[in-house]
Amino acid sequence: MVRSKIVIEHLNLWFDDNHVLKNINLHIPEQAVTAIMGPSGCGKSTLLRCINRMNDFIPGTRIEGHILIDGKDIYHDTINVYELRKRVGMVFQKPNPFPKSIFENVAYGLKIHGIRDRKLLHEKVRKALIDANLWDEIKNRLHEPALELSGGQQQRLCIARALAVEPEIILLDEPASALDPISTAKLEELIRKLREKYTIVIVTHNLQQAARVSDYTAFMLMGEIVEFDVTTKIFTNPKDRRTENYLMGKFG
Amino acid sequence: MKLLRQKVWFIIFHIAVLIGIVFLFTIIVVIMLNGMKVLSIEFITGFPRKGMTEGGIFPAIIGTLLLAMIAICFALPLGVFAAIYLCEYAENRLLLRIIRGANNALAGTPSVVFGLFGLSVFVKLFGFGVSLLSGGLTLGILILPVIIRATEEAIRAVPHEFRYASYALGATKWQTIRGTVLPVAIPGILTSAILGIGRAAGETAPILFTAATFYTRRLPRSLFDEVMALPVHIYGLMTEGMYPQYHVPIAYGTAFVLLMLVLAINLIAIIIRYHMRRAKRW
Repeated sequence: MVRSKIVIEHLNLWFDDNHVLKNINLHIPEQAVTAIMGPSGCGKSTLLRCINRMNDFIPGTRIEGHILIDGKDIYHDTINVYELRKRVGMVFQKPNPFPKSIFENVAYGLKIHGIRDRKLLHEKVRKALIDANLWDEIKNRLHEPALELSGGQQQRLCIARALAVEPEIILLDEPASALDPISTAKLEELIRKLREKYTIVIVTHNLQQAARVSDYTAFMLMGEIVEFDVTTKIFTNPKDRRTENYLMGKFG
Repeated sequence: MKLLRQKVWFIIFHIAVLIGIVFLFTIIVVIMLNGMKVLSIEFITGFPRKGMTEGGIFPAIIGTLLLAMIAICFALPLGVFAAIYLCEYAENRLLLRIIRGANNALAGTPSVVFGLFGLSVFVKLFGFGVSLLSGGLTLGILILPVIIRATEEAIRAVPHEFRYASYALGATKWQTIRGTVLPVAIPGILTSAILGIGRAAGETAPILFTAATFYTRRLPRSLFDEVMALPVHIYGLMTEGMYPQYHVPIAYGTAFVLLMLVLAINLIAIIIRYHMRRAKRW
């Protein structure tokens, strides 16, 4: 049995009176890609944002239940949320590099966590860009504005930015939804490579993408986890009728 | 019929713009024509002579620039800090509304009221006397609400994605403000600062009782010296000048210099904003 990196237990979430996540239980395996798929508005992005506590910024959010990372409850009072977010990186739906140079984008997180030494910064930025499959394309333009990169390059830059602070978990929130097919292919190749070192959770409403990149898939509908299993099983032999209907394109 | 109506409205808008532009240009031309007689290099670099019937306005130009500089050095940091607090930290909505309301009221307060305030507080209470410092601080308070409001708008215009990206890397609120929000907001903040300088340079009433004198023979040597200033110089020449045939053209010439100074400051603001926007597009 694979070790679970993230354990979600009886998680309920409300935005004011709106019950968005309903009794979620999920064991996310270590060093694997887990896809959370489901139709728009099913709560999959909200669930993802619980794992690095980005929902803290949305007023009126109420959470019950537990999320354990390596056995520690991240909603416990003693948890340092800044350290948590360093361990749990996130890449957003729309590429959002800072309006700074390529180098400064990747160095941002390092500087925040106290690295000042120029040589060390350079080394770590280089490594992150190599790991994000971006180095060869931009090694001569490190000090040019990040916003001049193509959309696909920007998204891989955002991954490099997240990798630079050496997280253990990477959350990807529909990372390819704003990209063209070729950029998407490069991004998926990168995700498959990254699973060797990181625990990856990817939210997507694209079935083929979930099938292509993930080892495990959770299917969500209206705030509930309908089914969770090894990706090949979910796609070839779903147990729940609702999963089957979704896969056959009956809704979503 | 629809098309005709559209056309009529279009023409009305067009005329409104034209009238505005026509006024701007007539102001510049009228003032220039009236001051033409005295305008020269010596008028800008020289001191006033013979009871201000001859010579230049150099001390008034310097005085106005110094006053505006002190005002902005005082108001910019204060205004930016206040705006950061209002945008990012203040949580009590009622208090926030009261502060914003007060700020807007302050922005609309007649400038002569600031002059009286400066007289009673800086000149008298703090004992700075009628001086560069008193006048600069009074002008600073005058432009403070404008800077607060403009900075708030610049901070609010920073897209949320940037903040989220910063937080997701483990940044604290202050790290996010300093590392992401302020760098993105800075063109807007600088623009407001430069427009504030322009506003401060053009005001008469706030410095009338706090800083300005109609005539000195020397440039200020310390913050506690009285100074000449362009707007007050105009006011003095027009109200107390004994020889209108000499004083009135000098007043117009001074007004022209002041106008050009303020326009130049605004132009700098536009150039800075243009360059920074280009470098930091998103």
